[in-house]
Amino acid sequence: MTTYSDKIKEISKRLLKEGKVDLVIGFRKGSVPLMNQPMFAKNEGDVDSFVWDSNCGINLANYVTDRSEKIGIVAKGCDSRNLVVHIIENKIKRDQLHIIGVPCKAMVDRHKIAAMMPGEIESIEENEADGTLTVTGSGFSETLNKAGVLQENCALCMHRNPVLYDELIAEEVTEQNPEEVDQYAAVREVENMAPEEKWAYFDSLFSECIRCYACRNACPLCYCPTCFVDESKPQWVGKSVDPADVRTFHFLRAYHCAGRCTDCGACVRSCPVGINVRALTKKLEKDCLENFDWKSGLTLDKRPPLDTFRPDDPEEFIK
Amino acid sequence: MKVIKIDKSEFNAGLEKLENAYRLFGPVKEQSYYAFKALDAGEKPDLEYTNTRLSAKSLLYPQSEVLFEYSLDKSDADYAILKEPEKDYSPRAVIGIRPCDADAFAVVRRNFETPEYQDTYWLKNYDATTLVGLACDNPVPTCFCTSAGSGPFNEANLDVLLVDTGDAYLARVLTEKGEKLADSAGWTKPADQSEEDVSKRRSEAESKIKSRVNTENLKDQALTSLYDADAAIWEKEAFSCINCGTCTYACPTCWCFDVQDENYGKSGVRIRNWDSCMYPLFSVHASGHNPRGQKLARIRQRFMHKLKYYVDKYDKGIQCTGCGRCVRMCPVNIDIRRVCNQMNSYDPESCSCAVTS
Ligand code: SF4
Ligand code: SF4
Ligand code: SF4
Ligand code: SF4
Repeated sequence: MTTYSDKIKEISKRLLKEGKVDLVIGFRKGSVPLMNQPMFAKNEGDVDSFVWDSNCGINLANYVTDRSEKIGIVAKGCDSRNLVVHIIENKIKRDQLHIIGVPCKAMVDRHKIAAMMPGEIESIEENEADGTLTVTGSGFSETLNKAGVLQENCALCMHRNPVLYDELIAEEVTEQNPEEVDQYAAVREVENMAPEEKWAYFDSLFSECIRCYACRNACPLCYCPTCFVDESKPQWVGKSVDPADVRTFHFLRAYHCAGRCTDCGACVRSCPVGINVRALTKKLEKDCLENFDWKSGLTLDKRPPLDTFRPDDPEEFIK
Repeated sequence: MKVIKIDKSEFNAGLEKLENAYRLFGPVKEQSYYAFKALDAGEKPDLEYTNTRLSAKSLLYPQSEVLFEYSLDKSDADYAILKEPEKDYSPRAVIGIRPCDADAFAVVRRNFETPEYQDTYWLKNYDATTLVGLACDNPVPTCFCTSAGSGPFNEANLDVLLVDTGDAYLARVLTEKGEKLADSAGWTKPADQSEEDVSKRRSEAESKIKSRVNTENLKDQALTSLYDADAAIWEKEAFSCINCGTCTYACPTCWCFDVQDENYGKSGVRIRNWDSCMYPLFSVHASGHNPRGQKLARIRQRFMHKLKYYVDKYDKGIQCTGCGRCVRMCPVNIDIRRVCNQMNSYDPESCSCAVTS
């Protein structure tokens, strides 16, 4: 995606030169395959490190929270949706941002690709023309279809084009056809399980969790000054790897994201052990859609259903 | 030093004999990762692995460990008395630990066994353990042990080093503990012409390690100038960090813990859990003040601790064995190699440092 990278550099240089922004937030090429690193650039020299490819899955909205400068930010579809959420929740002001919109061509699943390879990956070449990735390591070289190794949330994504931007770096991409993408197949599967099966499913889902909280910390929604798991007066949750505490953390965090989560997948991407925490947030996304006809991060004009009160609310219990 | 040849066909029989005298631990595949585990009777370690996802540190230092138990029942004679639970400190052996992870125990020991303080939990586990290492023939691109004071065939802190020669292992028996283990396993056949073979394999493995850290100036750098290098190093490195602590949990040499009391009805336990300097809670005072309230201060702590304070305090190199786990697992690609090289080359006069990789 050299054209994308070049365009991002060109725009960033212009913004910095014209003094429109104090810094631009984007990605630089990572030091290991499949990992790019969020960075900021304050001068033209730094801008030269900016890159765009299929490994920009971290959500950059997470890096503008409560900042005071004028910020240029490189934003793919989901980042832009989280910027919308941030603006609604007063975590940043619209006029502080110059959003450099990236029509997104979807991100690849680093955990999946690593698990598919017979050894440690040394390098990855992306061939945009034919939609393939060539993955090389000691003693192997395999060519994969990018479409087959997307992050799950990217495969389901309906908003690859930024929903809010000041300029786009390229023509919009064609969005997927909602008829053809079954958003909630995985959720229904769990919904249809018998209680014991569900228990076993959640048991195994979190069995490898090391309570590092990378999932939470990579999430732009998780900006509380002190997370409930870190409270010590009173202490709500135990701190060992006791399964009850691990589950309490995950379930409560997911509820805190209800109606706000954009399914950007940064949580899963960040998890060092590849736990699919989206299994919870996706279910809540479905509930919000079914109960409130709500999808988060699409408009600045409406408040999310779970932070509004309407005197004419149809539900009896709330009156 | 004795060198023994163990035919692979006889290796498992030896392990079975060991089961009588030791509790065995080794790498096994769990889902898509390898992990160190207590081996069940008859279960064999999988020595085809490259390295485990998390380090071997939990073998001596579990993520959560009960230190005391107590009763909260006022009618109980032992009410509110802290009592140590029974623990199993019988001999144990780790089969197939990588040299970098074994070396990490030496790094940790400098801190857990000092003239003033002894961490008895860790030390009792350590003393009970015999470490049977497995030389690394195929280091991965993130390994930089050779410049971090260790190496793929490093024997320091191992009791036995196994070198894979195809259909046999050459077992280099390095300590008394190692001899005892070899005897219990019935591994006695002396190996001939082993030195040449081993050193050839060693240099082959070492030559595969392309990545490195430069550490030669760390000791002479002024502590305060590194500490104050916000603009040159810390602001940039801290930016992407999400303070998840993955790096410290994955690290074989990170030793920090937190002590918690957990009550269940009328009884409770005092446990210690791994903690991490990357967490705001790690340093928050009872007053609410946090001396490391910003993530820049936390990132700086991690790297200054590993690459400067430790170096200055013990004069035994860096608090890192080059296993590369933090590099592989950091979700936002913060790379200790890059940070180390910047610290090593930092020049406060010109406010600059070489950025590599
Ligand atoms: S990132 Fe993964 S391991 Fe860490 S707390 Fe979240 S689910 Fe658990
Ligand atoms: S793993 Fe990376 S993001 Fe997480 S605390 Fe360590 S350096 Fe920061
Ligand atoms: S700092 Fe990183 S490379 Fe060094 S021992 Fe720890 S995890 Fe391994
Ligand atoms: S780097 Fe941090 S967690 Fe690791 S030993 Fe040092 S202070 Fe403790």
